[in-house]
Amino acid sequence: MTNESPERAGIEAEGLVREFKNGPRAVDEIDLRVQPGEIYGFLGPNGAGKSTTVLMLTTLLPPTAGTARVAGFDITSEGGRVRGAIGAALQEAALDPLLSGREHMRLQTALHGLPTAERDERSAELLARVGLSEAADRRVGGYSGGMKRRLDLALALAHRPSILFLDEPTTGLDIQSRTALWDEVTGLAKEGVTVFLTTQYLEEADALADRVGIIDHGKIVAEGTPAELKAEIGRPTVEAVPRDPADQAGAAEALRPFGERCDPTRRGGLSVRLDGGESQLADVVRALDAAGIAVEQLQLHQPSLDDVFLAKTGRSLEGAGDAPESGEPGSEEMEAVGAP
Amino acid sequence: MSGRLRNQVGQLARRSVLRTLRQPGQIVPALIFPLFLLAVNSGGLKDATNLPGFPTDSYLTFALAVPFMQGALFSVMNAGTDLARDIETGFLNRLALTPLRGAALLSGLLAGAIVLGLVQAVTYLAVGLIAGADLAAGAGGALVIVLLAVSTTVAFGTLGLFAALRTGNGEAVQSLFPVFFVFLFISSMALPLDLIQTQWFHDIASANPVSYLLQAYRSLLIEGWNLGDLALGFAIATTIGAIGMWAAAGALKTRLVRT
Repeated sequence: MTNESPERAGIEAEGLVREFKNGPRAVDEIDLRVQPGEIYGFLGPNGAGKSTTVLMLTTLLPPTAGTARVAGFDITSEGGRVRGAIGAALQEAALDPLLSGREHMRLQTALHGLPTAERDERSAELLARVGLSEAADRRVGGYSGGMKRRLDLALALAHRPSILFLDEPTTGLDIQSRTALWDEVTGLAKEGVTVFLTTQYLEEADALADRVGIIDHGKIVAEGTPAELKAEIGRPTVEAVPRDPADQAGAAEALRPFGERCDPTRRGGLSVRLDGGESQLADVVRALDAAGIAVEQLQLHQPSLDDVFLAKTGRSLEGAGDAPESGEPGSEEMEAVGAP
Repeated sequence: MSGRLRNQVGQLARRSVLRTLRQPGQIVPALIFPLFLLAVNSGGLKDATNLPGFPTDSYLTFALAVPFMQGALFSVMNAGTDLARDIETGFLNRLALTPLRGAALLSGLLAGAIVLGLVQAVTYLAVGLIAGADLAAGAGGALVIVLLAVSTTVAFGTLGLFAALRTGNGEAVQSLFPVFFVFLFISSMALPLDLIQTQWFHDIASANPVSYLLQAYRSLLIEGWNLGDLALGFAIATTIGAIGMWAAAGALKTRLVRT
């Protein structure tokens, strides 16, 4: 492991393990290397080990085995220095409903040891940055979920950390709040802040992360840029949902020449990975039409991180369909094609 | 105390006081309930003053010591519940990610108990005196009563902090309230120790530190200045506080496993 200055060092972990009593390994020998200024998306289903990893890297949970350096400091022997260099917004926005946003900022800046003269200025600056200036003097108990998350982010930035940990920062937020938070995270990365972001939303990892690590059952099963990971899968899939479920077999037969069959889809249709790529879509429509199959829906899916997850683990990413208010990225839908 | 520690204690104390003042649900029952019991007891048990050797002819004056102890017991619940909520919501983790020292956290959290103790003591004393209770030690005695009440409130508050850190659960902390109340009932709450005739009750009440805390208050209300009783009362409050703080510090170390 390297010894870099805190401003230039990112996150490095080797063989990081966390075992809980009478339980399986929550984190099982993971290696990580996050470059300074990078947004690293840590993607996985609930219970995969994302939050446990964050707790270890933020020094709130000692690892059972393995080593990690955050901002150039060892997480087990230099915990205090790690905490001085990082900011964290953990899974739940941990706020006091009886305090106002400004009172939270005042407490946070003071506990981080900012000079008294600087505290009010820094608080006002961050509250403005996350769009909470007007609500700053209202008690947090009356804030919406999005406002709480934004305040959480502002608090994490109070002492100008070089590395920011965000544990599922947009879970449960509406699309406007999510987008606002994404913009803020992107802006921080442009300013040179290293961002370690956990998420169970494919869309979020795809849109935000420079690199993505996919974790399942405590192990990293794939890592790379979203484009690299999707390129490993390569070909798009076409999903056809027959109007009459009795036509399933006929549809399968009609689609057989176009590529290998994937697992049944959530909508009860058939899915085939197209050997010839998306240019085969018209041929697929013609084949279904020729077979006399009335189709309720036909969708072309570009390879997604869910496909990567499926390819690496043999199952779809839990919660992928829960991403609110937006469709999966890269899908084009056609309604009711084929025979009437 | 270093400047940084003082700053941390001050900030957390400010938060603790704000929290307390913004929760009337914590303050009002701690004021009303003991005063209600005082009214009932001083009316219903006034004939006890006819017992030979009873130290005063005003049962109200004798019973006025009890609300101070009941108020202190409320601080177990209030201080503990606030901390347990911080654990449940993850606020403690937020604090743990700052350079906060454990001593600052515990001391700061008790600031709310101090304010509550102060408000309680002044209210109980004022209501008691208006209702006709005596205060043999005069104005100086009133100040000492308030000081003793705040000390006792803080001492019991540390037990609430310990319970919160051990359980991490607000409901578990609240369930301790009746347990602590038992200590009040098996003390010299209703009669002076030397007038309790039932031997087992007398033995338990004599071994119960609450009896001596009550006696410290009563000495000021009934006798005037009895330095022995006062010293014993303050010593017991200090000992309970020290034990509670030591236990809470140990529990905090276990709870905050930050590296």
